[in-house]
Amino acid sequence: MPGHRAPSLLLNDEQKMLSKTAHEFIRERAPAARIRSFRDSKDELGFSRELWNDMAELGWLGLQIPEEYDGLGLGFFDLCVVLEQSGRELMPEPFVSTLLLGTQALLLGATESQKSTLLPGVVAGDKILALGYEEAGSYGDFTRVVTAAKRSGNGFELSGAKLQVLDAHVADRIIVSARTSDEACTLFLVDPAQSGVSIERQHRIDGLSSAIVSLDSVAVDPESIVGELDGGVQLLAAVFERAAVGSAAQMLGGAEQAFADTVEYIKEREQFGVPIGSFQALQHRAVSVFTELALTRSVVLAAARAIDDSAEDVPRLSVLANAMASETFLHAAKEGIQMHGGIGVTDEHDIGFYMKRAHAAYMTFGKPSQHRQRWARLHGY
Amino acid sequence: MTDLEEFRAEARAWVRENAPKSLWGTSGSGPFEGYWGGSKCEETDPDLLRWRDLGIEKCWTAPAWPKEYGGAGLSREQENIIHAEMKAIAVPRPVAGQGLAMFGPVLLEYGSDVQRAEHLPGIARGEVRWCQGYSEPNAGSDLANLQLKAERDGDEYVLNGQKVWTSHANLSDWIYCLTRTDPNAPKKQMGISVILADLNTPGITVRRIDLISGYSPFCETFFDNVRVPAVNLVGRENEGWTIAKAILGHERSSIGRSIARQPGSAQREVVARARRHLGVPEGEIPDPLLRDEIASLGMLEEAFHLTLARIQQSAESGQPGPEGSITKIVGTELKQKRFELGMKVAGIQGLGWEGPGFHEDDLQYTRDWLRSRASTIEGGSSEIQKNIVSKRVLGLPEGK
Repeated sequence: MPGHRAPSLLLNDEQKMLSKTAHEFIRERAPAARIRSFRDSKDELGFSRELWNDMAELGWLGLQIPEEYDGLGLGFFDLCVVLEQSGRELMPEPFVSTLLLGTQALLLGATESQKSTLLPGVVAGDKILALGYEEAGSYGDFTRVVTAAKRSGNGFELSGAKLQVLDAHVADRIIVSARTSDEACTLFLVDPAQSGVSIERQHRIDGLSSAIVSLDSVAVDPESIVGELDGGVQLLAAVFERAAVGSAAQMLGGAEQAFADTVEYIKEREQFGVPIGSFQALQHRAVSVFTELALTRSVVLAAARAIDDSAEDVPRLSVLANAMASETFLHAAKEGIQMHGGIGVTDEHDIGFYMKRAHAAYMTFGKPSQHRQRWARLHGY
Repeated sequence: MTDLEEFRAEARAWVRENAPKSLWGTSGSGPFEGYWGGSKCEETDPDLLRWRDLGIEKCWTAPAWPKEYGGAGLSREQENIIHAEMKAIAVPRPVAGQGLAMFGPVLLEYGSDVQRAEHLPGIARGEVRWCQGYSEPNAGSDLANLQLKAERDGDEYVLNGQKVWTSHANLSDWIYCLTRTDPNAPKKQMGISVILADLNTPGITVRRIDLISGYSPFCETFFDNVRVPAVNLVGRENEGWTIAKAILGHERSSIGRSIARQPGSAQREVVARARRHLGVPEGEIPDPLLRDEIASLGMLEEAFHLTLARIQQSAESGQPGPEGSITKIVGTELKQKRFELGMKVAGIQGLGWEGPGFHEDDLQYTRDWLRSRASTIEGGSSEIQKNIVSKRVLGLPEGK
């Protein structure tokens, strides 16, 4: 149960400055329209390396990574400040794959040598990480792992296929879950250059790049295990708890921007000789979205704060933040399309990309209905 | 330790030492819960009365009011700390009600020294109970359409007309009224004045209104050639609309806060009712759809509390955001969802109006559910709140 003293939900002066700088930089350098051009040009990467490196220069990729690995050693809260801004323009750069999945798995489970080999490269922007957990046979449940890790010598041989592995097509290392016994699975670090690994790019509605990672008797040594042997489910659960919060911060940003664009539009668009924003039917719906945004901002900030300050609150606040952000983003985007009218359903306008991303994010790291069941269990009913 | 932390320790110690044990855990500690006082008050609970007296003695019924008016001259932050410490053990404030939460703060801002000295100490001591004369039969959401006539006659005003939804007028001593002092003003918001009236003045008649819940928290108040001293005008004649809006602001934020209760309490209440009515004393409630609905409620409740905390923190940091405008909309929605779900899990056991065969708690719950329907109407309907947010926060153009 929460204490009566609420966590601090305000940004300090440095975080406000970071938020403002990120907002301006991203608005200028990374407008949402890029999603369309990456798609139409069938861009090999699907994002901009140059931009990723520039953000590394600004220190944003290492905000949360400890100083011993060249990071700034700040908190997950600080990372969320940038993630929110990245979400405003639906940035396809590898925030989720590298900073939320790969980095968190390393921070929570990796050995000293794994961390010192990989994290400085993440901070510098030249190492991209990916994490594969979806499979054809997992039916949306990451604990149902078919990919097998067969003992071979003192190591393992991995065989199976992971689907929709974000940014696996450019990753320097891919972490995959594989079954190490009937009851348990383990996470392994795989080098995509290894023999037996094949990667096939996938194209999704939301503009994030992903790939099918096929593993055919890929030999890995014990040093490639991330976390405990047979501890894969627990580690993944902890990683997803954080990723769900980071993703919620991005969704909050996306929802804010979709809403801001929509309010702007209905102030200008005239029908019947007046701006359509003067109609109460639209005003009240706009206020409903505004209200959801205010609530969502509070829960996202609280969840991000909990990751840094109060581990016992993370499970419940993580599901709360992800569930609310998912519903709010999708609602804001759908209302955005409706209020834009005909132009809103054309490919020419960006608002449609917000709905595609909202839907994709809604389906990632647990759907709201799953979060509500977990919330109920966490509260004893 | 900072000064505020030191003060918190002091406030905590005082509240825990002095609040009678029988009151612990009984209240959401909101501004409208507990002892409302006034000359017609028939409260007999000795602990509640002792708590009132201790609060008055310490001047902590209105901690941030100046000392000469019965307050303790503390800062707003210190007052918040005192209220938070009462909330932490769920005891009511020593004195509650409209005078402290709504009328007093506005009189402090807009009243004359004479008015403040006359009225505030009685409010702080819980001796004089105030009610609000705002709505009229033809002035509900369109409040500025009010018609209660106040005509100047020498050093008196003569009031004629009717107020409605005057909460607890039957239990109150005084009323603060919005009156029409200039019927020919070019805009209806102009020509309105705030006038105070002693409810014992000849010509005032109060009649109770029965609600669907069977409760009668509201009254109609009729004015028939009621003569009040002209010095009872607050602020300047015909400039009362600004004051009216200030009072509404206090009302809306008070309603939002008073609905908040303890974090997690709505969810706990509904879970407890579900367990009792479905015969599931512990463990997982077997209906996943019901779990989903309760979880939705619990999540909204948590989000609401975190948002209240965020609003409070931004206000304390001197940079209040626009979120304050939504607390009444969300708080009342949460309240209605809680009661709807609580009624749903009770099934036919929630159908009792009175008499045998029904649990006393269920009878009360059903009445409270019925009462909750008013929460999105009173104090500015949710639709009016949305109009305000739309215009002031989102900057959307006004409709024709």
